[in-house]
Parts: sequence; structure tokens; C-alpha cells
Amino acid sequence: MLILKTLTRAPLHGYGIAQSIKRLSDDVLTVEEGSLYPALQRLLLQGWVKAEWKKTETNRRARYYTLTPAGRKQLGEELSQFELMIAAIGRVLQDA
Amino acid sequence: MESLGRFFRKLRMFLCREKFNRELEEEMAFHRAETAKEFRVEGVASEDARHGANRRFGNDARFRDESHETVAFWFEGLLQDFRFALRQLRKNPGFAVTAILILTFGIGASVAIFGFVDAALIKPLPYKNPNRLVVLFESIPLGPRFHLSYPDYVDWKRENTVFQSLDVYAPYGFMLSDPTGTHKADGARVSDGFFRTLGVVPALGRDFRPGEDQKNAPRTVLLSYSAWQRLYGGRKDVLGQTVILDSHPNTIIGVLPRDFHYAPAEPADFWTTLQDNISDCRGCHGFYGIARLKDGVSFQSAFANIKGIADQLARQYPDSNRDQKAFMLPMSEVIVGDIRPILLVLLSGAGLLLLIATVNVASLLLVRSESRRREIAVRGALGASMGRLIRQFVTEGLVLVATGSVLGLAAAYGGMQLFAHLIPKDMMAGMPYLHGLGLNARVLLFGCAISLAAGILFSLTPALRLSHSEMREGLTDGGRGYAGTMWRRFGSNLVVIELSTAMVLLVGAGLLGKSFYRLLHVDIGLQPDHLAMLTVGATSENYKKDEQRIALERQLIGQISALPGVKSAALSTRLPIGDGDGTAGFRIVGRPYHGEHMEVAIRKVSSGYFATIQAQLLRGRYFGEDEDNSKPQVVVINETMAKQYFPGEDPVGKKIAFDIDKPKEYLHIVGIVKDLQEGQLDAAPRGAMYVAYNQGPDNFFSIVARTSQDEESILPAMTSIIRQIDPSIATFGGSTMSERIHDSPSAYLHRSAAWIVGGFAGLALLLGVVGLYGVIAYSVSQRTREIGVRMALGAQRGSVYRLILGEAGWLTIVGIAAGLAVSLAAATLMRKLLFGVQAWDAPTLIAVAVVLALCALLASYLPARRAASVNPVEALRAE
Repeated sequence: MLILKTLTRAPLHGYGIAQSIKRLSDDVLTVEEGSLYPALQRLLLQGWVKAEWKKTETNRRARYYTLTPAGRKQLGEELSQFELMIAAIGRVLQDA
Repeated sequence: MESLGRFFRKLRMFLCREKFNRELEEEMAFHRAETAKEFRVEGVASEDARHGANRRFGNDARFRDESHETVAFWFEGLLQDFRFALRQLRKNPGFAVTAILILTFGIGASVAIFGFVDAALIKPLPYKNPNRLVVLFESIPLGPRFHLSYPDYVDWKRENTVFQSLDVYAPYGFMLSDPTGTHKADGARVSDGFFRTLGVVPALGRDFRPGEDQKNAPRTVLLSYSAWQRLYGGRKDVLGQTVILDSHPNTIIGVLPRDFHYAPAEPADFWTTLQDNISDCRGCHGFYGIARLKDGVSFQSAFANIKGIADQLARQYPDSNRDQKAFMLPMSEVIVGDIRPILLVLLSGAGLLLLIATVNVASLLLVRSESRRREIAVRGALGASMGRLIRQFVTEGLVLVATGSVLGLAAAYGGMQLFAHLIPKDMMAGMPYLHGLGLNARVLLFGCAISLAAGILFSLTPALRLSHSEMREGLTDGGRGYAGTMWRRFGSNLVVIELSTAMVLLVGAGLLGKSFYRLLHVDIGLQPDHLAMLTVGATSENYKKDEQRIALERQLIGQISALPGVKSAALSTRLPIGDGDGTAGFRIVGRPYHGEHMEVAIRKVSSGYFATIQAQLLRGRYFGEDEDNSKPQVVVINETMAKQYFPGEDPVGKKIAFDIDKPKEYLHIVGIVKDLQEGQLDAAPRGAMYVAYNQGPDNFFSIVARTSQDEESILPAMTSIIRQIDPSIATFGGSTMSERIHDSPSAYLHRSAAWIVGGFAGLALLLGVVGLYGVIAYSVSQRTREIGVRMALGAQRGSVYRLILGEAGWLTIVGIAAGLAVSLAAATLMRKLLFGVQAWDAPTLIAVAVVLALCALLASYLPARRAASVNPVEALRAE
């Protein structure tokens, strides 16, 4: 979900995604960055992202991932599910 | 829809797997490079930056693997595991061959025996609803399974209220006449509804019609499928043809189905109605009944009903039917009841062996997993997931099981054919259901099921040994967990049991083999080599008078003796090595009689009989050819009869009588011959008398010929010469004395028992040895460090050998000692099967113990050598 979310703004390469997640979460969500790649393969396989090779600003070849319409739909579903859950957890915590 | 797209994306990635790998690699390298750059920007030294980047990235091999697994088809990982497994097994061919061999034997033996179980016990009998069929007997004080008489059959059939139908059959030997002469032909006589009761419809033609079994009905005959093929080439126009049975023409009306058999009457080629057996005599017993239960009638209530009828008949006809009760059994019980316990014992034996075999191979796998701990630990550290490692082991186990199963099925097929060939023809004819023996769907299913079970066991054993803590230990030191100790203890006990099982079976096989040898070489009182034998039935009208029979004897013996290659020929009414039956009661003339029971076997033999078979005359003389009814009656008695009835006297010159009131027919004892074995090879010596054939000739006898050439080759000439003399004479049972001895039921019993026990013993020995190897090797692998320390402290190689061999020797000694005790008990139990050998036969016991000890030594020498060649420095460093 996080990966899909980072890709909503612009296509990014793996490193960019990792940086983006780290920056946006203020360094709270740091995982072994390599674990990104199996996840990306899964998204590719599901057809939620597309990949293409492009040059970076520093003129190196990198694979950029783009959100597909199916991916956008999936993200929407997951976000609403997540919000429902967060809301539910919030209500439980408030009551207690 | 989505899954389809997913599949195609997956397929595309599969097809461009190389590209996928390259791209992933590049992408990850790019990531690390960027991270490193980031570090360097923060002012970290280039080398440290690279390390830092790698640390932050994580274990790239694992991610690569995970990515692969995400996009790979399920079979790709499997294929990879499979290739790896093959490589592992190739690297260690000794292990692979041993494991596969054991599995092959274990699975092969189980499946082969299951094949027999299936053919005999599981495959339904070829009748309609066979479990509603019963067989009916008359029970008399001698035993429960006796024949019933025709009038009783008619009454049972009429009075019963529980059977849909009730019919009878009687196995019968016909004399078949065809243009080439007269032959004996097997068959049976049945009542008209016999096949309808069984629910069998002829494959060709029709069944007997109601009433066709009555006196004076036209004679009709049904052929068995094999007789149709054999005698008529399977031609359709066989219907309506005539076949001469017992001099009566019978019209062929049908052919029975190919899979039809009826074991109690087999072998049977000709099925006629019982019209010749119809009689009013209630004391004349000749039939067995079969019946089909009415729907809803239980076996018990039917039995009670028919018992009541028999009791009523016993009251009504006390003269003939006193003490005659009805007896009834399910048909399957009659057909396969005898063989069922044998097969079940064999099957459980094979199952037990298979279980031990599997546990053994599992222990071998364990030894290997032990020696591969390091490899596993390294692979684990490099990022192989637990599941991945376990899958690798499972694959290796499955490769072994699969190979073993395939070979095992092939071995089972061969084994079944071999076993079936080992069964003599006569016995096989009585078990027609075994003809369907083979690898059918059920047998294959059974094979797959046991393979699957073995596979599960194999996969679980090493997998259970893998755990995370173990993995760490594997890297750091040769940890000896509780599980290891437990396994060793369990394994040791198992090995002791295996070795003693092997010992018991080997002793059994040894004793049986020895008694089989003794049996074949027992002194039967004659020279068995170069003796050809042929049985003759001269049943036609031409041989009703004594003179005609004597003339025939002279002609036959004269012409056969003159055959080239024949030294001499003679005849006897019964051949040696038979059932020992054919007895007569007698009295000794001039001795007071107080009603003692005096009975010995009696044979009518021609004058040259003793000389031809080369019996040994102890006293007196044999008969002369001229001793016929014009001379006083003469008799030669055997040694046992002489000892039994004339203790301390010289019987020669004494007289005996069958009828003490007819002095003219008193028999003069003229000679004593050394015992000829008339009964089975292992029968106790029994009294026998030999009377002169010419003083009481018969029309049914066996000719024996002593040959100077191969005795088998003379048989066709003997047959054709008899046919020339008179084509109406039937000849059959052409055989040689060696064959007769070899194929006799007692020899067969001993041979098959020796083979079966021997086979099991061989497997048990193999398993015991492999088991011992497994346990010792495991122990060595666990004690490598200890051995290294010992050697570092100055232990000699010899003492390491002693250490390991001592452990193995201890297990072996316990196993052999326990085996010895059990063997003695087991041998005592099977005393009845032994012949000429004591249950505590010392040479056999010692030989078996030595063989077992040597095999055990060999099995433990290999790991001991490995232990002794441990390099202390390496062993210690390796830890």
C-alpha cells in the first residue's frame, strides 16, 4: 500500500521509493530496503504497477515504476479499508 | 480475468527469465550504489559507505530468491530442488544405492505379496453376488466337510425355504476318446442349475436346460474356455460337435466365460450333467452342494433351516443318515479359506519388513543430515528460509522413494511371476483365482499408497531435525541435542531387534533348507535316477478277465523292455512316494487272534518290479513271472511289517490271510524287502506287502522303466507303444522318479517354506546390517569431536577402531544372543516342519551366528574406519 501510495505522485525507481517512504514517514518506517524488490515483483505480477527503463537525472539507467489504473483502484480499496480499520481502532481506544 | 492476466505476465517473465534476472540485479546494484553515494555525501569513507549501504539494503541473495519465488511457477523451485537432489545423490552413490536398494526390496516384497492377496482375497469371485453363495456339506463324525448323497440333495432342495436355488457338483475324471487315442480329461458333473445358481452365463452357446440332468436326457457338455482354446482352437463351430467321454457321445452346447473358475472342482475342462450319478442310495455320497441365499435371508437362519432338514432326514432314514448333519460355509471361505491365513501372515511380515526398511533408510538420511549440518547452517545463514531448506530435504527423500517405488514395482512384478512359477502345476490348478495375478489397478494403488507413506516418513525425519537453534549450533559447534541422544538410543534398540529378527529368520531358513536337503536325499529304498513312470488305464471291455489282463501285462512289459534305452520294465498298482494309501487288513495264519487291528499298505507288483526299481532284498526271494493263480499265493513284505508283526521271528515261510476261512487263498511270505517309501518323503516307515500281480491282476496300474539314457526322453516312446498295442488304453501321468520326488507335496512344502523364510531372512539380514551401519555411522558423526580429542591426547587409531567396533559389537552380541534364544523357541515351534534336523541343530546356529557377526562387522567397519581416519587437528578446528 505504501509503495502504491508513493507512486501516485510520479513514477519512481526502487531507490526513490525507499527514500520517499523513509522521508515521508520521518524515518519511522525503515526496513531492510532490499525487501522492497520482492514486493515490487509481486505488484508487477498483479498488474498494479508497470516498469520501464529510463535515464535518471544523473544519466544512469534505472527502472521506473508507474501506477496502473488497476493499481490505483487497488490503492483506493486498500486505503478505504485501512481508514475503516483505523477509525474502528480509534473508537475502541477512545472508549477505553 | 485478473488471474488470467496474472498468468500471462508470469509466463512472460518465465520466458524472459534471463532478462528478469539481469534487470533485477542491475536494479539492486543501482539501489546500493545510490545509497553508498548518499553515505559518501554525508562524509563517510568510500569503503565504509559501501558496507553501510549493503547493511541498509539487507541480504540481497535472500531478496533475489524471494523475488524469484514471487514470480516463478510452482514447478520451477521444485525442478531446482530436484536437480540439486540428484546432484546430492550422485555425489554420494553408496548412500543412494543402499537406500534405493532397501526401498526396492521392501516395496517389491510388499507389493508382490499384496498381489497374491488381491488375486485371492480382494478380487471378487467371478459369480453374480458371490457373497450370497454358500457351499453345503454333510457333516459326519469323521469331519464336517463330506459329500451328500443324491436323494439327500433332492430332499434338501425340495424342503428348504431359504435358498433361491440349490445345486450340486462332483469333480470327475473322464476318459476322453479322440482319433489319437484315449486320455484322461478333468471335469465335473453338475446338476442342471449349477451355473444359474452361480450366476454364470456361457460365453458361447447355452447353459444346461432344466431336466437335462435327468436319466436318459440327451448327453450334453460345456467346455471351459481354456479347453475350447486348446482343443478346438477357439472355433465358433464347436457348438453341436460331439465329444466321446467315458465311451458316450456328448454334444457340446456351450463354452464357459474366460474368467470363470470354480476352484473346488478345478482343474475342469468338461462340465457334464450328473445323470450317470443319479441313484436312490442314501449311503452313496458323491456330491457337494452350492446354493444362493434368498434375499433378506441371513447365513445363520439358512444354516438353521438346512440343519433342521438334515436332522429330519436322519430320523426318517436312520440306517443311512444316522449322525449325518448339514454343514454350510460361505463360498469364499471354501475357495480361499485355506490360503487366507498364510497370505495374511506373509503380508504382515512384508509390511513389518517394509516398516523397518523405511525407518532404516530414514536413519541413513539422518546420518547424512548430520554430516550436512554445516552445509545447512551455511545455507541458512546465507538466507535460505526454513521452508526452503525443508523442501530441499523433502525433495531428496521423495527422489529416493520415487526411484525405489518404480524399481520396487518392477521387482514386484518379477517376484509375482517367479512365485507363481514356483507353485507346482497341480497346486496352481486348485487355485485358479491366481491366474489373474499381476499389476492391476488395485495393486498399483497399494504400491502408490505405501510409497506415499514411505515418502512422508522420509521427508519428515530429516525435516524434524532442522530447527533454528540447531542451525546456529551447526555453525558454532557440533551440538549434541537431546534429540540426537534419543535417536541413538531408539536406533540401538531397533538394531538389536532387527539383528535378532534376522537371526531368527536365518536360523529358520537354515533349518528348513537343511531339512529340505535331507528330505531329497532320504533313503527311500530304491534308486530314483533313470526311472520313467507312466500310468495306464485299460478300462475297456477287453480287459475284464484275469487272463486278458495278464496277457496285456506281458505284452506291455515285453515291448517296453525291448525299447532301445530301456534296461527293464515292470508295473505296480501304486507308485512309491504317493499318499501311502491303499491298505488291507490281514491275519497271521496259525497265531491266536484277539481282534487286534492288523493293517498294512498293499501293492500288486509284477515279477520284475523290485529288480527294476533296485530295491534291496533282505531275506528270501522275489516272485517269479510264472507265479500265477495256478501256484500258491505269494507275498513279499517290507522290513517294517516284518519287525512289527514278526518280532524275533523269521517271517519267511510264514503264512498270512485276508480271509482266514479260505485256506486256499493263504499267502506265503517268500521274501523281505528293505522299506520302500510308499507315503510322502517325510512319512514314518509303515508296514507294506507286495503281492504278485499275476495272482490278482488289475486294469489300472503304473509302469516303471529303468533306462540307460535320459529317462524323460523315453516317455513318448512308451506312450506310443501302448497306443499301438491298443488305442483304447488311456495313458497319463508320464513322469520320472526324480520329478516325482521333487514335486511331491512334502518336498514342495519344504521347498517353499525354505524359500519364503529364506527370502525374508535375506531381507531381514540386509535391513539389520544397514540399520547397524546407520546407528554406528550416526554415533561416529556425533562423536567426531570426542574422537578428535582422544586422538589429540594420544589415542592410537587401533583404540579408535576398538571404541567404535566395541559399540557395534555390543549391539551385535545382544542382537545375536536375543536372536539365539528366540530362534530356539521358534525352531521348537516349527519342529513339525523339520525333517532329519533337530531344532537345536548346532552347525546351523553357529553358522548363522558367524554370518551375522561377519556382516555386522563389515557394516560397522566402514564408520569405524571413518572415525579412525579423523584428523584430530581438523576435527577440533572444525568444531
